[in-house]
Amino acid sequence: MNIKDIKKEFPIFDNKVHNNDLVYLDSANSSQKPKVVVDRIYDFYTKEFSNVGRSVHYLAVAATNLYENTRVLVQKYINAKDPNEIVFTKGATEAINLVANTFGQKYLKEGDEILITELEHHSNYVPWHYLRKSKGVKINFADVDENGDISIESIEKKITPKTKILAITHLSNVTGAILPIKEIIQLAHSKNIPVLVDGCQGAPHLKLDMQDLNCDFYAISCHKMYGPTGLGVLYAKKKWLEELPPYQGGGGMIGEVKKEGITFGDLPNKYEAGTMATAQVIAFGESINFINKLGIDKIEEHERELTKYGEEILRKNNSVKLIGSPKNKGSVLSFTLDGIHPHDIATILDEDGVAIRAGHHCCQILHEKLGLAATARASLGVYNTKDDLDQLNSSINKCIKIFNS
Amino acid sequence: MDLKDLYQQLILDHGKNPRNLGKFENFNKDAKGHNPLCGDKVHVYLKLDENKKISDIKFEGEGCAISMASASIMTELMKNKEEPEVKELIDDFLKMIKDSPELSSKIISEDEKTKLMSLSGVKKYPMRVKCATLPWHTLVSAMTDKPGEVNTEKED
Repeated sequence: MNIKDIKKEFPIFDNKVHNNDLVYLDSANSSQKPKVVVDRIYDFYTKEFSNVGRSVHYLAVAATNLYENTRVLVQKYINAKDPNEIVFTKGATEAINLVANTFGQKYLKEGDEILITELEHHSNYVPWHYLRKSKGVKINFADVDENGDISIESIEKKITPKTKILAITHLSNVTGAILPIKEIIQLAHSKNIPVLVDGCQGAPHLKLDMQDLNCDFYAISCHKMYGPTGLGVLYAKKKWLEELPPYQGGGGMIGEVKKEGITFGDLPNKYEAGTMATAQVIAFGESINFINKLGIDKIEEHERELTKYGEEILRKNNSVKLIGSPKNKGSVLSFTLDGIHPHDIATILDEDGVAIRAGHHCCQILHEKLGLAATARASLGVYNTKDDLDQLNSSINKCIKIFNS
Repeated sequence: MDLKDLYQQLILDHGKNPRNLGKFENFNKDAKGHNPLCGDKVHVYLKLDENKKISDIKFEGEGCAISMASASIMTELMKNKEEPEVKELIDDFLKMIKDSPELSSKIISEDEKTKLMSLSGVKKYPMRVKCATLPWHTLVSAMTDKPGEVNTEKED
């Protein structure tokens, strides 16, 4: 892969930040967008716009086809069995809320337990939290180890006869740990526990195969996959989507509406109430095409090599303390500098055009466990190069120099 | 933008070695402040004596250089100030950090003004203004016995 050519496909890199080239190391937060995706939104609105799934006129039919094409593209991309197992949501957060809400409503009762891990992003903890009050359920946390990893044993230890669902991240947005989710899913299923995987960080970086993983639910954030904001995907096994109640009510999700009662539509309409993020869905098709054109295997390989390089140079820098050294690490480099708060690091790096994130990265449970109020995080995407990481390292050195002057 | 304006020697010094850090026994007012976006935390303790004068003030906290330096400089300035003066200084500082080019208060010396103005570099960094103002909002809360924690996302 020629990264310089790939970078050219992202118009954002034509801009300067504080008169410097942009070194974008915040893709775990949100990735930049290739021109094809941006253009697709413009073209749709200027040439092809119509609402989908309702009217019978030319534009409506064409737009509906485009919308449904993305569903099939996503289905194939993650190797789901059926396109109706793909539900569009407003984000991965909504996808998890959908499951927590409907699964909780139908299957959970007082005393039941939900198992998550200490690695989870707030979006895979807070939606479950509501069930504590509404249903009286208990939330258990599998322990993260000193490497920032979650072992199968730590999951097994927290499973009880009352565990009704396991919700777990695929790839930690702080430690970069790639969890052995296939084995974890097998373990959970052997005890009849369904599994939701938070795939926000997994989907942009790892090859996915829903039929092989055999998870029950998988949540995807499209804006982290070179796609538009305001869009997520919930993959769910068909049997769950058929069994669970609808999440939101409104137009488009109904069968028949009468004064005495309402029936709900078939899949996937049952879960897509109201006018959906149509332009975003259609443009997300281009994100999938973009990834497919490069090949997710190639992207994985490139990012693995870069992560290794980043780890190497940062480990050589005695002032840097890397957070997490999991067995299998995704493209996330979280770190601290002795005596310098991550927000000061981020402000100083920004001056050089180096965009990183600082804070708790929506993982307060993990940061509390690590005994840190905040960390700095550099995260990678397909457009990053070794030069970007060298710049990161040299800006870190500048930061140390300012603070030690 | 110039990092040197933001990270002046004075700020770095107060950030690394905050003055009045800690807690003391006989405080009679205190308040906590929190910036949920970045995790900065501050807890201000003070003793307001019978003449409504701050006879002692300290703080506990963790956060970035800006928030620590701001709390450190604030506590230095507030010691031995009477309630109306405290109010005047808080208003003056918050006005300066938001839009006013300088401090207008006559109750502090030129040296003290210079010290306070060292925080003005933050104006060019809108995302960091809350770091500088958190201890001051927390002091307001302590002085007025406002219940609950100061939250930067709920203050101006």
